[in-house]
Order: sequence, then C-alpha cells, then structure tokens
Amino acid sequence: MSKIHIPTPLRQYVGKQASVDVKGSTVGEAMSALVEQHPDLRKHLYTEDGKLRAFVNLYVNDEDIRYLQKEATELKDGDNISIVPSIAGGAN
Amino acid sequence: MATTTEIPVTLNNDEILRYSRHLIMPEVGMEGQQKLKAARVLCIGTGGLGSPLALYLTAAGVGTIGLVDFDVVDYTNLQRQIIHSTADVGRKKLDSAADKLKGINPYLNLRTFDTKLTSANALELFREFDIVADGTDNFPTRYLVNDACVLTGKPNVYGSIFRFEGQASVFATEQGPCYRCLYPEPPPPGLVPSCAEGGVLGILPGLVGVMQATEVIKLILGVGDPLIGRLLLVDALGMKFRELKLRKNPDCPVCGTHPTVTKLIDYNEFCGIRGEEKVVSNGVPEIQVEELKRRLDAKEDLFVLDVREPHEYQICNIGGYLIPLNDLPKRVNELDSSREIVVHCKMGGRSAKAVAFLQQAGFAKVKNLTGGITAWADRVDPKVPKY
Repeated sequence: MSKIHIPTPLRQYVGKQASVDVKGSTVGEAMSALVEQHPDLRKHLYTEDGKLRAFVNLYVNDEDIRYLQKEATELKDGDNISIVPSIAGGAN
Repeated sequence: MATTTEIPVTLNNDEILRYSRHLIMPEVGMEGQQKLKAARVLCIGTGGLGSPLALYLTAAGVGTIGLVDFDVVDYTNLQRQIIHSTADVGRKKLDSAADKLKGINPYLNLRTFDTKLTSANALELFREFDIVADGTDNFPTRYLVNDACVLTGKPNVYGSIFRFEGQASVFATEQGPCYRCLYPEPPPPGLVPSCAEGGVLGILPGLVGVMQATEVIKLILGVGDPLIGRLLLVDALGMKFRELKLRKNPDCPVCGTHPTVTKLIDYNEFCGIRGEEKVVSNGVPEIQVEELKRRLDAKEDLFVLDVREPHEYQICNIGGYLIPLNDLPKRVNELDSSREIVVHCKMGGRSAKAVAFLQQAGFAKVKNLTGGITAWADRVDPKVPKY
C-alpha cells in the first residue's frame, strides 16, 4: 500500500481526507486507483486524453517522478506519493 | 552571496548596539552584519507574505529594501497583513508599510515603487537589487518574477500559500532550478481560487513569510543550507513540514541549456487571462439584484437557489434553498425545472458555473444573479453583512 498525500485544494474531492491509502505497484496504478475511488478528482489531475496536467507534479517520497520513471516508477510498501499543484496566494 | 556595492560598509556605535544579538554570534558577526547592510532586497507585494518579510528584513538590518505594491489597505487585509493597522485602511500600502519599517529601523534605505510589476519595468527594476522576494498573489506575476530573475541573474526567494498550506523555495540561482522547472505551465484561470474565494488562515503567511525572510538572510550571509533545489511544504493544520527535491530541468525554456524564453512575455496571455480576473461570467443568462428584489416583492413564482457552503449560509443569506455547488450534480433532482430558478453565490462566479451546469442538465429557465449576495448587500439591503 502507498499513501497519496492530497493537497488542500483537492481535498474536497476525496471526502476531505489529507491522504488516501491505495494499492498499486507503480505510480500509474496507484493514481488510477485513486481516481477510480474518487472520480471527481480526475478532471483536476488529468486531461481528457489521460495525461497528467502540467501544473500538477507527482513525487514518490521526495523525488519528482519526471526524474524517475514517470508513471512507471515502481512503488514499495509504505511509499509516499505527493501531489503538488501550483498555488499562488501571497498578498491578497 | 556577493553584492555589487563597491563602497565598504561600516556600522556606527549605535548600529553595533542595535544589532548586538547578531554580532555576538560567529555565524553573523561584524562581517555578516556589514553584508546585511550592503544588501539590496526587492520585496514584491506588501500583503500577507510581504508584511512579515519586510518587517523582519528591516529589523535584521538589511540596508536597502525595495517595496513594489500599487494597492490600498483594505479592511479584510488586517486579519493577516500585520504591517498594516486599522488606521491605515484606505491608505496606500506603500505609505503604511514605510511608516512601520522606518519606525522599526531608521537606518533603512527604503525605496518604494508605486506600480504594478510588468514586463515593461521588471528587468530594469530587478537590476538594481541583489535578491528578489516574491510575495505576490497571482500566477501571471509569479511567472513574470521568475523569468525576470533568471534573465537578470537574481535569486528568487519564493513563498506561496493557500488556506492552511504553504510552499517555500529559492529559485533562479545559477545552479538551481527556477519556478518553471517545477511548473512549466500555469493552471487554467478559475481552477485555483484566490484568498478571497478560498480563504486563508491568517497566521499562514506569517509562517511562510518569515521562512522567506530567513532564506534571504541566509543567502546574504552565505550561511546554512538554503532552500535551493528544495521545495518546503508546510501543512499548518497538522504542523507538518515535508520537503521535496527540485531539480534544474535542462529543457527548461527559461533557465535550461537551450532557453527559448530570452525576454519577458505577456504573462496574462500565458495564463489564459483576458482582462481583470474577477468574477468569471461565462455567457449564461443574468439577472440583476434590483430586478430580483422587485419580482420577489411582487410575489412572483421564483425559486432562489443558493450554491454557497453551509458555513457561508450561516454568515448571511436571502432565504435561498441551499445546495452547495459541488453537491449540485447529486442533488439536482431536488429542483423543479418547470419553475424559474435564480441561482446566487457570494459574488456570481460559482453561481455562473451552476447555471451552466443546470442548462446542460436541461433546465431552460435558470438565471445567474450578477454580483451575488455581495451585490444584494451593496444595492438592495445594506443590513445583509458582506464577508
């Protein structure tokens, strides 16, 4: 099982949880499990043709998957996946 | 961290006393304090992040601070923008900030820029400073600041917040990544709400702003491990801090080995924004608050649907039927499509989305209340509180 950390702007689509435990041997499998369990999340993370949106980054533990094997990155039990979208708040 | 000033900077006896708590630490000492005095830091924004940032940099003895802000202090700012006080409401933020900063440290050389940061002025402005601290609140400016920092070779001490989560890092150093290495593209407008729509825990910019000030000082002094290549994630509710590795992207269009962005672009266009990004009207039928009032008073058969959240309904309401926007798809069967329905929210943005959704679901008689309950409070019933 891996734990997927859900950033604040997306928690409303997973029943307000801060993290979700999912099964999957790769990042791709874990993320599929996540959006299957919580279908409202899909359009915020993926485009119509199933690609991860450009303003969303995925990390396994502390490494960006773009520098690993992307969605084919293998997961071990207890790994942490972080979804990190861009946020801009600061002045107002 | 080298500064470009040639004149040796000295501290008089008064300054030595002022900064004694810095001077007695070997990590700072006289040499470090002189570096702080020689440093020139540009703070973009004197709001949530900019407030603690500017206050602490001033207290620490940074010699020259530039402030960029064209805005005026608003009453709702006081919950978190601690450089401003109640008496400052209505004043220019620059004037309010200047008073507090000079009050803390009269040695400060404060340079104020009462302007919006744009592609036309950013490069020239950044060249006059050593470090830029980004305290802005919108995506186009963040991309502008990043690109201008890379192009002028100035580090970008970055902080951002949303509700009760924050991010901090140091971008645009020679060896490290820039903001575009992390986020090559902005989110489409309207997908990530602003503080006015999403809310923000007042203390959060305090936490993140001081982290930014800390990183600025570390860069000036050349001590510690700066957040270069590191994204610090702050979860204030859990009081958990996590760190992710950031890498410089060799294909980055701005800081990579073959950059394609060699001058500043139109960032509003880049972020898909046309004109003022206030309430998004998407072409749905609209009704004004005055007409709604007239028709309700005339006891016409109108169904008022409120798509805000329950905690907002508790602040104020006009007796509408509450179905929060996110619940609408599940609860649409509670609505009668044969009746005329007026949909409202706080400012008209969410309700416009609701109207579009209902139209697609086959509702022909739906209208959006332009300006939402805020417009109702402004123009129909001033007893209704605004929030």
